[in-house]
Amino acid sequence: MRVALFITCVNDTLFPGTGQAVVTLLRRLGVDVDFPPAQTCCGQMHVNTGYPKEGGRLARQFMDVFAGYEAVVIPSGSCAAMVREQYPRLIGAAIGNAPDTSCDPKVYELSEFLVDVLGVVDVGAYFPHWVTYHPTCHSLRGLRLGDRPRKLLENVRGLELVPLPGAEECCGFGGTFAVKNKDVSAAMCADKVGNVLSTGAEVLCAADNSCLMHIGGTLRRQKSGIRVMHLAEILATTEGGR
Amino acid sequence: MSKTFVGMPAFPKNAAKAVQDSQLRFNLRKATRTIRNKRALVVGELADWPGLRQAGKAIKDHTLRNLDRYLIQLEEAVTAAGGHVHWAKDAAEANRIVADLVKATGETEVVKVKSMATQEIGLNEALEAEGITAYETDLAELIVQLGDDWPSHILVPAIHRNRAEIREIFLDKMPDAPPGLTDEPRALAEAARLHLRERFLRAKVAISGANFMIAETGTLVVLESEGNGRMCLTLPRTLISVVGIEKLLPTWRDLEVFLQLLPRSSTGERMNPYTSTWAGATEGQDFHLVLLDNGRTGVLADEVGRQALRCIRCSACLNVCPVYERTGGHAYGSVYPGPIGAILTPQLRGMSTELDRSLPFASSLCGACYEVCPVAIDIPTVLVELRAKARHPRAERLGMAAAGWVFTRSVRLARAQRFGGRMRRLVPKRLPGPMSAWTDTRDIPDIPRESFRAWWDRTEGGTR
Ligand code: SF4
Repeated sequence: MRVALFITCVNDTLFPGTGQAVVTLLRRLGVDVDFPPAQTCCGQMHVNTGYPKEGGRLARQFMDVFAGYEAVVIPSGSCAAMVREQYPRLIGAAIGNAPDTSCDPKVYELSEFLVDVLGVVDVGAYFPHWVTYHPTCHSLRGLRLGDRPRKLLENVRGLELVPLPGAEECCGFGGTFAVKNKDVSAAMCADKVGNVLSTGAEVLCAADNSCLMHIGGTLRRQKSGIRVMHLAEILATTEGGR
Repeated sequence: MSKTFVGMPAFPKNAAKAVQDSQLRFNLRKATRTIRNKRALVVGELADWPGLRQAGKAIKDHTLRNLDRYLIQLEEAVTAAGGHVHWAKDAAEANRIVADLVKATGETEVVKVKSMATQEIGLNEALEAEGITAYETDLAELIVQLGDDWPSHILVPAIHRNRAEIREIFLDKMPDAPPGLTDEPRALAEAARLHLRERFLRAKVAISGANFMIAETGTLVVLESEGNGRMCLTLPRTLISVVGIEKLLPTWRDLEVFLQLLPRSSTGERMNPYTSTWAGATEGQDFHLVLLDNGRTGVLADEVGRQALRCIRCSACLNVCPVYERTGGHAYGSVYPGPIGAILTPQLRGMSTELDRSLPFASSLCGACYEVCPVAIDIPTVLVELRAKARHPRAERLGMAAAGWVFTRSVRLARAQRFGGRMRRLVPKRLPGPMSAWTDTRDIPDIPRESFRAWWDRTEGGTR
């Protein structure tokens, strides 16, 4: 199977550690992943802010870059949802696992690829810490990831998974919403942070670094001492370091 | 409601004030969470909810596709049953028709059943200008009217008020309020009941809206919880109903679906307490139906936006909306607040004001509204569609164009990343200009020395 990694512009630029973790993890599971260098951005920011022309151009570019791959793995719930849910309407693209289409490429968020395609829930990770998981809106209501991430985390040795109250509520990121409606965004994050703190966890985990950048940035401003980690980074960690 | 929304600032400005109001935040959090949980419970009871939801959507879509035909059928049925049908293309025309009808009776007072359509057209204010006083009879609308306030929720217009505030309003504005009135809900309701009872018995003219109109039989349907609506519908000699043209259903059979969808979604009840239905004029009564367009045919013409016309005003989307929960309804500057308001108001009113242009952006696109909507209105998709039609600020346009330029060639992105990596130590903790909106409340992440693609190049995918 020809598998490509779409790293996403945010991870590529700001969170390379997440990408490295994905590569480490997939190799460990026997998947040799490609990184087509012509990739850039899925166009989500443009489309969701009201610039469908620019977004459409980026969407077509994505389709060109990943044509010929059977599977594209994306370590971001919202970018995976963008490609799968919005491309068909935006540019008439046929995404293999979008509703009503069947052709290449199929697009998977990381936990979908692990659980559905590779059929693993125990990836051999070791992470002896208290972790709480925020499901993020596009993973939860867009992609409907369900309990895939939870199953993966539960199978990490040493990891104590603490339930997050109000988990399904939006953290207030919302892309440019965080800037255009900064007060509401901050008010939403205040509640999310309150819930995270109430768990007593030392690590907040999610499958989307954009939301984590927002919640984590607030946690850091407040000197809360809680760190945020992408799901891939936890799953890539093994005993004796990676 | 004796105020207008004209000249209100954009949503973010209104919201900035609202989120600082701890009393408002407390009231909203408490109220929306209570209704939200009730709804989830009774919706969860029905194994066939997704099927009901699809049926509701399909019936509405079919009706909207054949609206012309069904409207004529309705007009014929209402007329045959002794009612009079009037067509109003906009708010001014509807208000004119109603005012003339009231004047023809010689009355100067009317009682009102809670209705969104009459609020949308500002009927009370229009009647006031003609020397006619309209009395709201829904308890929450009464609180809003007495308080000279705006409604802030579709179903619970006084959701922003707590009982202490309501007591104050009653003592202040209701001449027949008992002097020893407490803020016990029962005492408040009783005071309102006595106050309203007298109005019902006196009123000769009533004005209502309708939740549904059935084309087949010309029947109008009103759902309410208090019974006050039924008093208005039955006691006065003249009844005038102002109804949006999209409220139509083809047959009684279709109504059955909505009598299940609406109460469970709106109040979290299995069955609606007071459901009144009538066709044409009841004996001894004059009945007038004013069919209101006011921008609806324009919405119907938009392929994506038209799904907003499926709305049955249950307000489930408000109750789950994380933005609404923190700002309340007033920030939306319209009688339709929350997610449905954010897609309906700009379509009905157009996007000529700063406020109306800002509404499609009053959402983090979290999708909670779509998930609960009983007629499956894909609100996030309509929001994104409307955003594309809005005029964007110049600085943003330039920024987006620049980002688009960088993203269309990976070499440009790589170059930008290398530049950022070199400048990483120079990035200030507080960003300047519009980006300060980010750093006002959050730290920015550390800029990495090396991007992922640079790492991949250097290490040949981590193999070296
Ligand atoms: S949009 Fe849907 S959820 Fe919101 S009020 Fe209308 S019918 Fe109810």
